Amino acid sequence: MIPSREDMYDALAARHGSELQNKLSETKVAVCGLGGLGSNVSVHLARAGVGELMLFDMDKVDISNLHRQQYFPDQLGQPKAAALAQTLGRIAPYCKITAREVKLNEDNMAELLKGCHIVCECFDKAEQKAMLVNFVLENFPDKYMVAASGMAGISSANEICTKRITERFYICGDGHTDVNEAGTLFASRVAVCAAHQANMVIRIIAGEYKP
Amino acid sequence: MVKVNGSETSLDGKTVSELLAENGYDPKRVAVELNLDIVPKSQYDSTVLKDGDSVEVVSFVGGG
Repeated sequence: MIPSREDMYDALAARHGSELQNKLSETKVAVCGLGGLGSNVSVHLARAGVGELMLFDMDKVDISNLHRQQYFPDQLGQPKAAALAQTLGRIAPYCKITAREVKLNEDNMAELLKGCHIVCECFDKAEQKAMLVNFVLENFPDKYMVAASGMAGISSANEICTKRITERFYICGDGHTDVNEAGTLFASRVAVCAAHQANMVIRIIAGEYKP
Repeated sequence: MVKVNGSETSLDGKTVSELLAENGYDPKRVAVELNLDIVPKSQYDSTVLKDGDSVEVVSFVGGG
């Protein structure tokens, strides 16, 4: 038996305070890339009671994703966007979720990202990260961008931090560990970075703008 | 002097494109902040750095 919308809201408001919970409920966040970063960011934000999540990823769930991403073996072959939407629906049944199996590019981003308040950059390739961040900051001066760079390997998790670059641009990560050099990605270290992103999103919603 | 990622440099008079090239950055993997504003990619060639400027080059690495 799934609790009612009111019961779910009351439980969140009891934990977070109703003022912040109302702000969280009214916020729409885009999560671009649903791998180790994006799947974890989405789970954190859904649990926090963010009102709407827009999910974007062009990939399908692969066996190589299961060690660090929020998917299950019985979802192999499904589009990540749909598979994650299914999981988030179990976590937070009243969160509005729009899941799109699409590759974001400079021709479709203006349309697809319309309406969200905060964009989480959760891609894995450096060029894609830069493309999304630059596009959003150049074309949507009213949106916040919370990006990530540097979470591969097994260096200290304490190297991962959140930095504020401009008024509306934050970046999380250690800033330098490239998966192509480190060679490894671990669920734990990627999740630390994803949690930094989700925490910054929640801070922005709360009006706390320091990283 | 122009401050780049916290260090004083003598890049006065150089463009953002020249800064990136001289420091080995791949322009396809960066976002550039100048005095707390993002520099549009189309303006890397025409944006000239001057004394007192503060630049932050965010160079993205792979993994996610």
